[in-house]
Amino acid sequence: MIERWERKAEAAPVRRDKGSGAADRTISDVPLKPLYGPADVAQLDLTRDLGAPGEFPYTRGIHPTMYRSRLWTMRQFAGFGNAKQTNERYHFLLSQGQMGLSVAFDMPTLMGYDSDSPKALGEVGKCGVAIDSIRDMETLFDGIDLGAITTSMTINGPAAIALAQYIVTAENKGIPRAALGGTIQADILKEYIAQKEWIFPPRPHVRIIIDMMEFCTREMPKWNTISVSGYHIREAGSTAAQELAFTLADGFAYVEGAIARGLDVDAFAPRLSFFFNSHSDFFEEIAKFRAARRIYARRMRDVYGAKDPRSWQLRFHTQTAGCSATAQQPENNIVRVAYEAMAAVLGGTQSLHTNSMDEVLALPTEKSVEIALRTQQVLAYETNVTNVVDPLGGSYYVEALTAEIERQALDYFDRIAEFGGMIEAVEAGYPQREIADASYRYQRSIESGDRVIVGVNAFEKPDEVQSPDLLKIGVEIERGQARAVQDVRAGRDGSAVEASLAALKRACAGDANVMPALIECVRNVATEGEIVDAMVEVYGRYVEQTQF
Amino acid sequence: MTTTKAPARPLRVIVAKAGLDGHDRGAKVIARALRDAGMEVIYTGLFQTPEQIVQTAIQEDADGIGLSILSGAHMTLFPLVVEQLKAQGADDIVFFGGGTIPNDDAAELKRLGVREIFTPGAPLSEIIAFVERECGKRRELVG
Repeated sequence: MIERWERKAEAAPVRRDKGSGAADRTISDVPLKPLYGPADVAQLDLTRDLGAPGEFPYTRGIHPTMYRSRLWTMRQFAGFGNAKQTNERYHFLLSQGQMGLSVAFDMPTLMGYDSDSPKALGEVGKCGVAIDSIRDMETLFDGIDLGAITTSMTINGPAAIALAQYIVTAENKGIPRAALGGTIQADILKEYIAQKEWIFPPRPHVRIIIDMMEFCTREMPKWNTISVSGYHIREAGSTAAQELAFTLADGFAYVEGAIARGLDVDAFAPRLSFFFNSHSDFFEEIAKFRAARRIYARRMRDVYGAKDPRSWQLRFHTQTAGCSATAQQPENNIVRVAYEAMAAVLGGTQSLHTNSMDEVLALPTEKSVEIALRTQQVLAYETNVTNVVDPLGGSYYVEALTAEIERQALDYFDRIAEFGGMIEAVEAGYPQREIADASYRYQRSIESGDRVIVGVNAFEKPDEVQSPDLLKIGVEIERGQARAVQDVRAGRDGSAVEASLAALKRACAGDANVMPALIECVRNVATEGEIVDAMVEVYGRYVEQTQF
Repeated sequence: MTTTKAPARPLRVIVAKAGLDGHDRGAKVIARALRDAGMEVIYTGLFQTPEQIVQTAIQEDADGIGLSILSGAHMTLFPLVVEQLKAQGADDIVFFGGGTIPNDDAAELKRLGVREIFTPGAPLSEIIAFVERECGKRRELVG
């Protein structure tokens, strides 16, 4: 039967239009056949490799009934300008049916500089919200019940400081830290690989992350201590398999660090979560999510000895691919986002952010954020893709692709092991080089016309006029925020700040967990920049070995 | 009769990242593409100040500076580089840039002296052609 088809297929004309050069590989360069059949899944063992949803190795999903029981969390990432503006956006999003908050911080906050630092010039409030001290964090969550809503914070270098600020904000409202639910990204390894918002060198930075994991394991049972992030690895230009491999390898480095600290793997692993990108190659993305769960479950059980099934389950948030959005014909991004969101849902995500159409040019307007949220609501309530668990399970193509992406990721694990582990591989610049190579190959495939990007290298509209409705962040935000942080410094007990910063330096230099000292600094209204400066005195700042 | 000229040295271009913005995918792709087109490319790495970028360009005797900004800080940092180039008497160096920059801002930056702004989706071939043409002209003038 297949042989008969092959003869016909060989005789059929091959399409030679624009973009047909990409027909024999996925967007990540995985070779494809025109048809998949039983022979492609001959190695697939239904019990060993798939199991049932909610069962090891969780290829088909971590819950038995998935979205029939509970929809994914619609969690839009938001932050711009100052804490007051962002607080207003949060109230708007919650009033429109969003289920959890997700904080985007500005660059100075992510890099550990206060808004009045010369380094912050031109950057305050631009890519996210400026948070300098506990006062800003309090404004950010004004009127929001932190005991009821979960919050995700995308911050890595100063993650421990942001967590301390969140804890103290809640405590000032009478909510104990044990009641707090949410996620802090706290994935510093991917910063060296991709996002580049680091502060300290890798080893002390990882130590602080492990301190956070230890602290949260003891004191914040509902908090996801770390969100290991492939998103930025993909945005930096990686393939799907690289995203998967480097993200999981980062996650395993934290697991190994926590075990070395003496923590029981089953005490912390159930609170680990992941964050993936959903790019535009529909089936490849679904396969990536399925492969991720399978690799993770096996390794957590078989290598790290986890016994609690919750430690085997890879839970993840997904964001549609910012790098797939185009400045040209930006309304097309609405359509791209919808397909990418559907791939995430068919891949079994627990939480989703859909990008807004204008993000390639500026932070999104309220209108474009609303469309992005409605995209998720249409997907959840109108398309019926939520009715059946893992609907593509058993598809010859999807199963073969899942196995292929798994194989590529495992190959990367072997190469990382040759460096001695992920921290060593990162120090050697290995993932950075692999991603830069992939990014260049991808760009070349667009340049050559092998791969079509609608509105960019096909179906262009040369006389296109850009929408005037872009969100602008004025210089008055920077000036106001700089004045505010100066007022904060002037109006507090300076000697208490000095004493708590000195205690923090001692904790950093020694072996004690730094979290209590950080919380004390925040209580005394030390600014983020002051806290980071104190830690830099002990650890130094990281300088990248640049390559392209 | 043919005149023989000493072989011209390749065009030399600085690819720079400024401010706190770590999004270096575009900068690295451009750096590679210019290098593959036969130019000498110096990538500054991240977190450079406008002063540092201009100093590097002068020290390296560069024909062009390409600055990439995706953090929204372009209206502050691009003009500072223009200012520095003028202050150092080096405004013959071809200064161009790219990133997430709305059209209105791009027009304003060009008015201020940035030679060209490339936004996401600009073909590499277009950027290479621009650099070859404009830096080539500068080389002829400066010698």
